[in-house]
Amino acid sequence: MSDAQNRIADIVKQNEVVLFMKGTALFPQCGFSSRAIAILDRLGSPYETVDVLQDPEIRQGIKEFSEWPTIPQLYVKGEFVGGSDIMMEMFESGELQQLLVAEA
Amino acid sequence: MPMAASELERLIRESIPDAEVTIRDLAGDGDHYAARVVSGSFEGMSRIKQHQAVYAALGGRVGGELHALQLETAVPQPETNQ
Repeated sequence: MSDAQNRIADIVKQNEVVLFMKGTALFPQCGFSSRAIAILDRLGSPYETVDVLQDPEIRQGIKEFSEWPTIPQLYVKGEFVGGSDIMMEMFESGELQQLLVAEA
Repeated sequence: MPMAASELERLIRESIPDAEVTIRDLAGDGDHYAARVVSGSFEGMSRIKQHQAVYAALGGRVGGELHALQLETAVPQPETNQ
């Protein structure tokens, strides 16, 4: 594994709920990242974020890590959950609440 | 780089022949689309796998040529009540 892949694997392992996004939770830099944050805030569980705009290696590497071409990407307990569309579907169906409550 | 909705639909159908594809141009700029793809081939696949199948059909354009594609996938339902 490359250095970036190792770093991503560590971040995902060390944080129960982590969102790779463009910008920060306070200042998302993309509508999709903003939507992902809105969902997480609504659920009220603690989460970490990683701003891929601050790190080109992570920005590229995360797409290879999950074989997923877009950002944001949510990981819960080391597992890739999906991007903002899947988060929205899971939020609406109540699955995301369950997943995060199971974490707490 | 913008891309026509018809081209988007053609690429998806090429890889997923039974797909029912509905596309909306969200911003009117040919660069921000929403697509709903319904296919029997998604049966038994997780949401992530379903989305990955559509991304694969688009051959790396999502996140590159296409800024973003808001995606919804589903398996055909015998009864539609939406």
